[in-house]
Amino acid sequence: MSVQDIVARCQALFEDLDFNAVKQWKAAQPGRKSIGYMPIYVPREIVHAAGMLPVGIFGGGDQLEVIQGDAYYQSYICRIPRSTVELGLTGRLDCLDGMLFPSICDVIRNLSGMWQIMFKDKYVKYFDLPQNYDDATGGSFYVHEMQALRDDLEKLGGKKISDEDLKASIRVYNDNRKAVRELYAYRAQKPWQAPTSEVYLVLRAGCVLPPEEHTVLIRQYLNETEKQKRPQRDNARVILTGSFCEQPPLGLIKSIEMAGCYVVDDDFQLIQSWLLDDVPLEGDPLQELSKAFLHRSAQTASKYDDRKEDKGKHLLHQVKTRGAEGVIFAAASFCDPALLERPMLQEILARHKIPYTAFKFAENTGQMAPIREQAGTFADSIKLWSAA
Amino acid sequence: MTTTAAMPASVKKPQNVQKEDAMLLQKELINRNYHEVATAHAEGKKISATFVPGNLNELLMCFDFARRLPETDALQNGMRKKSGRMIMDAERDGHSEDVCTYVKTDLGMMLQGETGPTGEPMPHPDILLLSYTGCFTFMKWFELVRQKYDCPTVMLHVPYQGEGKVNPGMRRYVVDQLKSKVIPALEKVSGVKFDIDRLREYMKESVKAEEDLVRVLQTAKHRPSPIDGYFGAVYYIGPIFTAFRGVPEATKYYAMLRGEVEARMREGKGPVTPEGDLAEEKYRLVVEGPPNWTSFRDFWKMFYDEGAVIVASTYAKVGGVYDFGFRHDPEHPLESLADYCLGCYTNLNLPQRIDMICKYMDEYQADGLLINSIKSCNSFSAGQLLILREVEKRTGKPAAFIESDLVDPRYFSGANIKNRLESYFQMIKQKRSAAVH
Repeated sequence: MSVQDIVARCQALFEDLDFNAVKQWKAAQPGRKSIGYMPIYVPREIVHAAGMLPVGIFGGGDQLEVIQGDAYYQSYICRIPRSTVELGLTGRLDCLDGMLFPSICDVIRNLSGMWQIMFKDKYVKYFDLPQNYDDATGGSFYVHEMQALRDDLEKLGGKKISDEDLKASIRVYNDNRKAVRELYAYRAQKPWQAPTSEVYLVLRAGCVLPPEEHTVLIRQYLNETEKQKRPQRDNARVILTGSFCEQPPLGLIKSIEMAGCYVVDDDFQLIQSWLLDDVPLEGDPLQELSKAFLHRSAQTASKYDDRKEDKGKHLLHQVKTRGAEGVIFAAASFCDPALLERPMLQEILARHKIPYTAFKFAENTGQMAPIREQAGTFADSIKLWSAA
Repeated sequence: MTTTAAMPASVKKPQNVQKEDAMLLQKELINRNYHEVATAHAEGKKISATFVPGNLNELLMCFDFARRLPETDALQNGMRKKSGRMIMDAERDGHSEDVCTYVKTDLGMMLQGETGPTGEPMPHPDILLLSYTGCFTFMKWFELVRQKYDCPTVMLHVPYQGEGKVNPGMRRYVVDQLKSKVIPALEKVSGVKFDIDRLREYMKESVKAEEDLVRVLQTAKHRPSPIDGYFGAVYYIGPIFTAFRGVPEATKYYAMLRGEVEARMREGKGPVTPEGDLAEEKYRLVVEGPPNWTSFRDFWKMFYDEGAVIVASTYAKVGGVYDFGFRHDPEHPLESLADYCLGCYTNLNLPQRIDMICKYMDEYQADGLLINSIKSCNSFSAGQLLILREVEKRTGKPAAFIESDLVDPRYFSGANIKNRLESYFQMIKQKRSAAVH
């Protein structure tokens, strides 16, 4: 498969709001079940170990006309819950046997209760994540939460989930995360070879494909794109941050790139790179997943920073290790976590003399000209200042 | 401390506003607390700041803190028409127009020179007790304050009742945090050793006030209701949800309030409103969502003019839910604090909130449900349109939806709200006559 074929396949998966890939996976073996999850993070290993397919639900994008979903939300609430409700009410999520709503913000939290009322025949769980990072306290709570999920999925699937099952799934996801890290590293090194509009699609395929297949796909993409030499431009290297839940339309990512920016790191689908290194296969699997979450996971707005001096550390690390020249804050309108976090991160960047710019979007933003102009001006200013 | 003498003169009964005596005492208590905060450092006391839902007032008192509640500061600034400029100052300082206006009022107040709502200085807290209960924004709010003022911060993560119940793991998690993080941090900053018996004593006091508050709020089951369970209740909950739960004066306040309200009930009187006693009770409503503070009196008057009484509200339970039996338990103090936090209204899931509203509709014989949807507050607002549908479906009573904000005067459109309310009352009237015929 050529790189174009791979990207075309990923784009087709991305655009398919009927989740046919999930339906096909289920149809391949009677009795298979799939569990949807919303941003930012759930331990997919437990779903996988239950023999089920974890399916990432990131709203309806810019191709879905939201009619019923709008009747459930006021104008000052972001778009992802209304398009998710639309997906549910139009039967597009019927292929899912359950939904997980991780703690990220009050809107997604409340959506978990709405889902319980609106889809009574489905398994629904609000999945709490600890904001206390001591193993004995937050860790115990988190292990308890994961065990509850494990028990629920055992009941739903009618099969026990052994420690060995969990370890096998951890191995699968360790490999997947390794491939994701390779992809991110490659893009940072040669962003002209792996444009973010393509990388995004390759990663997004991981929302609907089994992880084993997704890992193969990422590596195929890396192999194929390396073969095809593409022109290198004098673009500004930027980190794009704040889009960890509602996703910007693909056109927006393309606009930023066309405006003269190489996106060398992002937080689009943070779940895929949330755990920063391998989860050990020795020891109790839930304990190891817990430790990885508590001590070796990405920093993001919905996670508490225990110490003031930790704020912005991850972003600064991204800037440094990816060789970025600036940061673009791209937050969904009315996104409490991203918009409340932004002034703190901006202050830290200013202190470190790292240029930044900021805008808001909605998943169905159609007018790209202002964003393209803003990103273009930002890229120009970086180039001018760095030349000076 | 002789705080009463130094009180601003605002406790005098203004000529054109009707208030119950208990309301005046409440105001005196609140103002006294602002004075305590203003003079704390001069008196050698440390200051804590924490949030209203599930607040740990009894615990903070064990360490002799003067106690600030930034949400209350913001609403007091809103009622005094000061919040608009504060919000715009915070927005000019880089805060998004999309986010909570309590946060921006608090940050704006600091930017304007750190003077509190009563005009006295508002010193920096010595510790931020980040009781992360029922509202995501709390976490960011104190991170923002910490970043600006470098205050030590201690997090208490209270898990959400996603499955509509508290499981033992959730309670254990909260208690473990209290023991391993919160109490040691409070000891360190205050220099006061934790004494669990002192906590028990405060809790014994809390129980008395809680009992009286429940009795007061439940008088609204009577026809006519002697209280307004929303506009009036926000005064009643002031002491218990802020710095006074566990304080003997609060106990006295609630005993006095209960006496006053029960007397009104026996006399068949309606609620006291700023416009005077409500002579005729025409409509009985349940309200979901916080009030608007910047036009509070105008807002209340819209109901007074129509003869509408709010017989129960979810906002009156925002600090803690007592009317289904919870009381602080001096025999199990830490577990009881955990249950209090876990049970606060915005920590309940949507089905629980709907059950609670339907129960109120039934027990308080309400004519309908009104939702005041607040732009700033996703914790309350996200899902309210489904709440409306479900409550209508389950009770057969009409529901209405209005929109405003907590403290941003730009989001209070009096004419629109009045229009909607008038149509709503028409609808209730029509439903009633349809039922008669």
